[in-house]
Amino acid sequence: MNEGTTPSGSEPTETTEPQLDALSSPSARAAAEGESASAVAQRADNASDAIRRADNATDTEPLLKITGLKKHFPIFGGILRRQIGTVYAVDGVDFDVKRGETFALVGESGCGKTTLGRSLLRLTEPTAGTIEFGGTNVSGLSQDELRPMRRRMQIIFQDPFGSLNPRMPVSDIIGEGLLAQGVNDRRKRDKKVEDSLEIVGLRRDYTRRYPHEFSGGQRQRIGIARALALDPEFVVCDEPVSALDVSIQSQVLNLLVDLRRDFNLTYLFISHNLSVIQYFSDRVAVMYLGKIVEVGSVEQLYQNARHPYTVALLSAIPEADPRRRKKRLVLKGDVPSPAAPPSGCRFHTRCWLREKLGNPERCSTEEPLLRVLETGHTSACHFAEDVSERTVDQVVATQSVVDTAVADLA
Amino acid sequence: MTETIDVHTLGAPPPADILLDVRNLRTIFHVMDGDVPAVDGVSFQLRPGRSIGIVGESGSGKSVTALTIMRLLDIPPAEVSGESEIWFDGKELLRLPMDKMRRIRGNDIAMIFQEPLTSLNPVFTIGNQIAEQVELHLKVKKKEAWERAIESLKLVGIPSPERRVKQYPHEMSGGMRQRVMIAMALSCEPKLLIADEPTTALDVTIQAQILELLKTIQDRTDSALMLITHDLGVVAEMVEDVVVMYAGQVVETGTVEQVLLEPRDPYTMGLIESIPTVDKRGGRLSVIKGTVPSPFNLPPACRFEPRCPYAWKLCRDVAPDLFETDHAGQFARCHLHTPAGEGRRQEALKVHEQSMTIGRDLGGHG
Repeated sequence: MNEGTTPSGSEPTETTEPQLDALSSPSARAAAEGESASAVAQRADNASDAIRRADNATDTEPLLKITGLKKHFPIFGGILRRQIGTVYAVDGVDFDVKRGETFALVGESGCGKTTLGRSLLRLTEPTAGTIEFGGTNVSGLSQDELRPMRRRMQIIFQDPFGSLNPRMPVSDIIGEGLLAQGVNDRRKRDKKVEDSLEIVGLRRDYTRRYPHEFSGGQRQRIGIARALALDPEFVVCDEPVSALDVSIQSQVLNLLVDLRRDFNLTYLFISHNLSVIQYFSDRVAVMYLGKIVEVGSVEQLYQNARHPYTVALLSAIPEADPRRRKKRLVLKGDVPSPAAPPSGCRFHTRCWLREKLGNPERCSTEEPLLRVLETGHTSACHFAEDVSERTVDQVVATQSVVDTAVADLA
Repeated sequence: MTETIDVHTLGAPPPADILLDVRNLRTIFHVMDGDVPAVDGVSFQLRPGRSIGIVGESGSGKSVTALTIMRLLDIPPAEVSGESEIWFDGKELLRLPMDKMRRIRGNDIAMIFQEPLTSLNPVFTIGNQIAEQVELHLKVKKKEAWERAIESLKLVGIPSPERRVKQYPHEMSGGMRQRVMIAMALSCEPKLLIADEPTTALDVTIQAQILELLKTIQDRTDSALMLITHDLGVVAEMVEDVVVMYAGQVVETGTVEQVLLEPRDPYTMGLIESIPTVDKRGGRLSVIKGTVPSPFNLPPACRFEPRCPYAWKLCRDVAPDLFETDHAGQFARCHLHTPAGEGRRQEALKVHEQSMTIGRDLGGHG
């Protein structure tokens, strides 16, 4: 067990206290306390200080270091079931995740973000590349050697309905990992299961119940309890809130924020929801067709995006504020098939910047590599310097919204 | 038609500048465990060419409202209560004979569904499906219908439509299929377009394409739009008026600016507060405690009362009506907007304003 991550133990600790509070409305609480506006504002300042402190604190060696990671899936077909093609789901990805930070992966469906998350834990075997976790090369380990590492790296799945075995009571669902890790004493295991339930804001006596007895939000909490039962340092959150209703989503997000603070967790947060990522993460990597196209801090990315795809993605989010109703930058066409990615820059078939620059040949012939634009901010675009608010405005002013579908047949 | 409906004396038809007038709509499902009042006394109006958004979480009754208007529900198990009235273009839909209703459906009211793959027939080509509908509703020759199908595909921006009409739904991507659905819906130039979560199954960049397309085409054809969604962002971009639903009831109505910027019902306030934004970074998100009540076990008076941070005794005893708020034309189903709730209302609005700009119970300190 590692220092800083000891929720286990004998007592539920005070960490459960704010946890359960998360279930009662904070607005109500503030109202009850008669909190003044200025006091609240003061606390907001403290919060941004905390973020800044966290930014400085994370300038240490990375907890997770990914180099050249690839995951290719073969496509079999024909009468002899021979391999007739390859899906390049993840195709050469490098990044670091620092201890204590929340690193987000964003992209559309099929961009490889979930495959990447699973490859990190070796839930799917990567085709190539190295995964270094806390100084150990995980990619070279045998299954037996991997087991003690697994306890330090956990995952929360997207679908709270599909990821819990309907035939298992909660105690077995959460206890399964403990059993695999050699916690053979039933009483010890049950104790740990109950503690985990309490940490995620569920009642200790839920252990004998089955998944169907819970709502979506509660199931997601069970999934989180399962990940936490092993006292991990690093948790992959694969779209943990996208299957939930808005009012439940914020409950689960608050829980994840609390756990991050209380157990000093490092998250890899996979999502397609840019608003959630902006609220929740420190650094963001944008993926497109198996490659990372831009990496930066939340501030860098959201205020100063330097890849045409990131710009389009940000422009596409509908904001819940009618005052900010804007003319959007609309991308043409669909995401191409990862089995036949476009040559050169994979985004060139939909790129608005390439079109504006008069379709330079370089985009379709030479693959752009991630290059540093400023400290901590990298972009994989030959013309990253040309991405600016002015160019975006010009493109938006002239685009035809109706003609955005592009023939995806040969 | 059941007899109860004939017994009810209809109200007067709405004035000509109201295209759709839903009055006291009640749709009940008779299921094994009892009766589910999926829609319970919903009323709203829509003018020609305007757009209205119906917002709510899963189970709030927003889709059932749309299906009742289209009369697409199976009766039984569904039952539409006798006092309900749906006036569309001068006609009362619930009491219309089925053959007349069929003529309205597709012709005057068209609907787009969430999942374009399941709403298209997999064994017919796209062209066949659009042309069939055009032939039926507009009473034109086969050849002309086919040409209209190509034309409508062109209108929604599908490239090489002459080739596309001969394709089957599985040969197209999700975004492309939704475009086909829109083409079908618009091929007969309906006066009202009902879109039920039209972009929920799509990726953000494709969602942007479809939303912009819907907006452009709605402007061009001047049809009214009823948009059903759980996404407040989509609502903010797309519609002029908003109806918020909770547990089968309308809890708030107003213009999109009123409802999203200055909500007056505690449920709407809570929903909007809980949206993660950059301003709340580093703090906690506001949450609505608990979960949506089971339709078999609804709270006796105000349905939001068990989850409401401002509820008091009155809320447990008396079911609130839709009261007009301090903004003209904005209504909320909440006792805060009665003289008895005056003091509490001031307090609630203050708390709401604070939770909109910052998070609460900030992390990282002792």
